[in-house]
Amino acid sequence: MSSARALSLAAMSRLSWRYLWRNYRRTSIMLLAIGVGVWAMIFMTALMRGMVDQMVADGIDALPGLVQVHDPAFRDDPSIENSMPPPGPALRAALESPPVEAWTRRVKVPAMISSERNTRGVTLLGVDPAGEIALGFDPASIVEGRFLESLDDRGLVVGQKLLERLETELGKRVVVMSQDPDNNVADRGFRIVGVFEAKLSAQEERQIYAGLATTQALLSMGEQISEIAVTGGDYRDVTALESRARDAAGSRFEVLPWTELDRYLGLMLGVMDGFVLIWVVVIFLALSFGLANTLMMAVFERVREIGLMQALGMKPAAILYQILIESVMLLLLGLLLGNLLAIASVLPIRDGIDLSMVAEGVEMFGASSTLYPALKAKDLVMANAVVIVLGILTSLLPAWRASQYRPVEAIART
Amino acid sequence: MPSIICNDLCKTYRQGDAVIKALDHVTLEIEPGSFICLSGPSGSGKTTLLNMIGGLDELDSGEISIDGQRVDQLSKGPLADLRLHHIGFVFQAYNLIPVLSARENVEFVMQIQGMPARERKRMSTAILKEVGLEGMEDRRPAQLSGGQQQRVAVARAIVSQPKLVLADEPTANLDSVSAEHLMELFRELNENHGVTFLISTHDERVMRYARRLIRMQDGKVIADESQNND
Repeated sequence: MSSARALSLAAMSRLSWRYLWRNYRRTSIMLLAIGVGVWAMIFMTALMRGMVDQMVADGIDALPGLVQVHDPAFRDDPSIENSMPPPGPALRAALESPPVEAWTRRVKVPAMISSERNTRGVTLLGVDPAGEIALGFDPASIVEGRFLESLDDRGLVVGQKLLERLETELGKRVVVMSQDPDNNVADRGFRIVGVFEAKLSAQEERQIYAGLATTQALLSMGEQISEIAVTGGDYRDVTALESRARDAAGSRFEVLPWTELDRYLGLMLGVMDGFVLIWVVVIFLALSFGLANTLMMAVFERVREIGLMQALGMKPAAILYQILIESVMLLLLGLLLGNLLAIASVLPIRDGIDLSMVAEGVEMFGASSTLYPALKAKDLVMANAVVIVLGILTSLLPAWRASQYRPVEAIART
Repeated sequence: MPSIICNDLCKTYRQGDAVIKALDHVTLEIEPGSFICLSGPSGSGKTTLLNMIGGLDELDSGEISIDGQRVDQLSKGPLADLRLHHIGFVFQAYNLIPVLSARENVEFVMQIQGMPARERKRMSTAILKEVGLEGMEDRRPAQLSGGQQQRVAVARAIVSQPKLVLADEPTANLDSVSAEHLMELFRELNENHGVTFLISTHDERVMRYARRLIRMQDGKVIADESQNND
């Protein structure tokens, strides 16, 4: 029987544990270093992940929907000419069952809005208020007045920033002007019935909401719409949702997931996963020098004992395993400490950190002013796995060196 | 039972520019059940010879075989197995594992051999009592005196009754009573269990126990004589 097998895992573990605490100061310092490193990996990842999640969620709310159906030319030229008919019975039936959780139809055209003082270019959204709320419009974001109440609501809801730019206020009338299908100017006076705040300032400044039927009447477009927005399930996997919409809509229409509709957002999500891995590995690299040094020192100070163990019949493989077990124990304790620290850091701020002091800055790249840390199981698993796997690899060198001593030379060391 | 044949052993060490002949064409045969002392001044090659026979060091030239097995041709793994199952070592400087208690040090070899825990405990208790360390089983080496540590080292070397014990100055750090007691223990193992002892020593008291005395100088065997010690 080989000594590596015969010296049971329990016996090796006991030996490793005692060696680990032989120099408790050095072990404690290394544990602290690993713990802080792991904390940084997990905590910072949770913050970054939370920021990106929030950006994606806000972006999807602004689109809105995880999947949209358009006329194929609409995205290049979002004008009334590229509208589409309302969903037929087959598409409606497909949109009323899982994985679809909610859907809505909208008119979306470029328009001009004029107050008595200013004129701005905006996107006029003719919406079904109930559908819009189901797709992510938050009624609580209405800071003055009310949201639209019906398809033929005659009021207009504008963003807080746009209101300021127009130098007007709730209850006043504005004129909205666009083009009808015959390229004639279509305009109409609206009373501002609601003012909303958005997480993205661009949305606040550029989007105005009117009732769907009212907008269709203004633009003389009958029952035509610009898009159908669909939501349901996890935003990370919209394959089923996209397939359902594509099958039901047919080849006449373009069906696109949110990652295509807003490529910047889709890219952010992909980049984030890669970035988290790089971040975790970079932190580990910094840690690995300390870990390797600690193990080297631990080996160096007991060369004589390693030689003795070999003289007593312990095989080189068993010496290697024993040092590796010691390293794994150190890593596991460090991971435990780091994970606990990270969880303890995230829990108190799970309801969000107010970044309003720098909100203007973060909004430039689409983030909101409140940051919600997102502690994901997969990030925890990745950080822990990277530390364990790379930690063991880092430990291989000192462990291998320990196993290669010649007993007589090792025993002669003082 | 080991029959040890050393044929024309040579080993040199470098010390700066100087080349030291630790073993200079040493040839020996050791019968099973022998009780042999190696004597000679420091640097005469006693420890080197023990290390070579125990497979702890590599020869420059020559052959060593134990029971027909060429020790000098074994790789690290089989050498470790040979030491584990057939050879017990007693070093001059105790060489205990400092993070293990006296009992755990004694049980270490048996543990590697895969002996069941109950059997290990029974044997370690008995041997520690035999070497006069009853009641000190749970003490770490740092809590034992030099003599007590050496007795733990001896207990570890003989507890699994190896066929060959290589002891390098085993009494060097023991008082006369302890040294006497240790040598009696060696003799008992040799006579009743046929364990072969090869002991390097300067100690005349130890030499008296030997049935064969090999004197070394400058890496050579200068005398090899039997002696009656009954």
